[in-house]
Amino acid sequence: MTEHPSELRYTTEHEWVRVEDDGTATIGVTFFAQDQLGDVVFIMLPAVGATVQKDSKMGEIESVKSVSDLFVPVSGEVIAINQDVIDHPERVNEDPHGVGWMVRVRMSDPSEVDRLLTNEQYDSAIAS
Amino acid sequence: MTDAPLLHTALYENHVAAGARMTPFAGWEMPIQYQSVITEALAVRKGTGVFDVSHMGRLNIYGSGAAAFMDSLVTFSVKTLQTGRARYGFILADNGGILDDVILCHTQFEDGSDLLRLVCNAANRLAVIAWMDQHAGVYPGVIVNDHTSETVLLAIQGPRALTIVDGLCIDDPKPSALRPFGAAPFPFALREGVYAEGFVSRTGYTGEDGVEIAMDANHGPALWEALAASGATPCGLGARDVLRLEAGLRLHGADMNAATTPFEAALERFVNMDKGIFHGRDALELQEEEGPSRRLAGLRLLGGGVPRHGYGIFHEGVVIGEVTSGTYSPILDTGIAMGYVPTAHASAGHRVHVDLRGRLVEAAVTELPFYRRP
Repeated sequence: MTEHPSELRYTTEHEWVRVEDDGTATIGVTFFAQDQLGDVVFIMLPAVGATVQKDSKMGEIESVKSVSDLFVPVSGEVIAINQDVIDHPERVNEDPHGVGWMVRVRMSDPSEVDRLLTNEQYDSAIAS
Repeated sequence: MTDAPLLHTALYENHVAAGARMTPFAGWEMPIQYQSVITEALAVRKGTGVFDVSHMGRLNIYGSGAAAFMDSLVTFSVKTLQTGRARYGFILADNGGILDDVILCHTQFEDGSDLLRLVCNAANRLAVIAWMDQHAGVYPGVIVNDHTSETVLLAIQGPRALTIVDGLCIDDPKPSALRPFGAAPFPFALREGVYAEGFVSRTGYTGEDGVEIAMDANHGPALWEALAASGATPCGLGARDVLRLEAGLRLHGADMNAATTPFEAALERFVNMDKGIFHGRDALELQEEEGPSRRLAGLRLLGGGVPRHGYGIFHEGVVIGEVTSGTYSPILDTGIAMGYVPTAHASAGHRVHVDLRGRLVEAAVTELPFYRRP
């Protein structure tokens, strides 16, 4: 049983991407990532309007135990950030693929999504 | 580093069965968390938690000259330590550096003869034993017995800790009759028909009221299960680290070590300079005259993020020190840390910055503890 829904795409850096009906990409960190991190207590995200390059650092996520960089899985422009998750980082633990989302990007190259991992590929990546 | 296999406490199977995440710590495989560090830390602040701290060193010291011997090794008076009382302090190298911080308890064997029970850090147990061996020469009657692996040590901490422990005790008076830093053996019913004696001290490392119970290892699992069944939340070393930081309690190996003195660590209240000679005293006397050039300071972060071991402490763009340990405090909802800074910056009210991976975040030098229980 996977905790990682099939409608999302994934990276080996433990981000997920969901392509919305309007073609924008919503990005967060995976169930596996938050489970490994433990209690998330601080999140730093890029500014709305920022241009981001695939695989570049877009922020930081801190748990009690550790701090990690967040990477952006697709290139484009940040059109929204989740203020609720900044104010309540525990949302990432409560619902990593839902209310715990982090940024929304207008993609400059939507085909980048096709090269991300499926949930099955991600599950084998984290199992190895 | 050594490749020796990790040691297991008598409660290892209980931890694994409870789904704990295990981690290597000072040569032992220990539970870091059962559910979540924050959940467990708050359980201790609001209710009661139980920690397996059986990895900590437990030495029995007895025989002719035992009190004089220990008095020569620690920073507090052992000669005036009454039966049934415990004290906290340091074992110092001759240069005044802290070899370990310890709790020593004066109790008695069943025949009424004196027994000193020492609890030291897991990482320092062998070094402490070696230091004692090295200085035991003029005290030939002293016996040092390391019973760490034959016993368990459980810490029960939180506002309900004494109620829970009293509930398992089958005699009067109960452990709640102990004053802080009081210690005595008590009989416990662990389950139907299973009784065992536990040595209880009203001590801890969380800033909460509570006790630590030492018991023979065979009864360890039953004691653990009885405490959990009475409502104590199993807590791992992750929560323990958060709680001790909130309580301003230093961790040997991080906030103090053989290169720091008790004066630098701002723990002079645990050093009795008037009790007579002890190892490290001469060096401390010199430092007392000059005043230490650096002091451990408590730092409360004024911006977001978590200060961690090794992060730089800055004043007006110049590095003045380093974080020795830090965490996120759930009860204060902010980052907190300790670190050494020049004495001029070490008093409460000063402002500094901490370098969080390239981001300078302002921090207020804060009186310790960060959190005091209501």
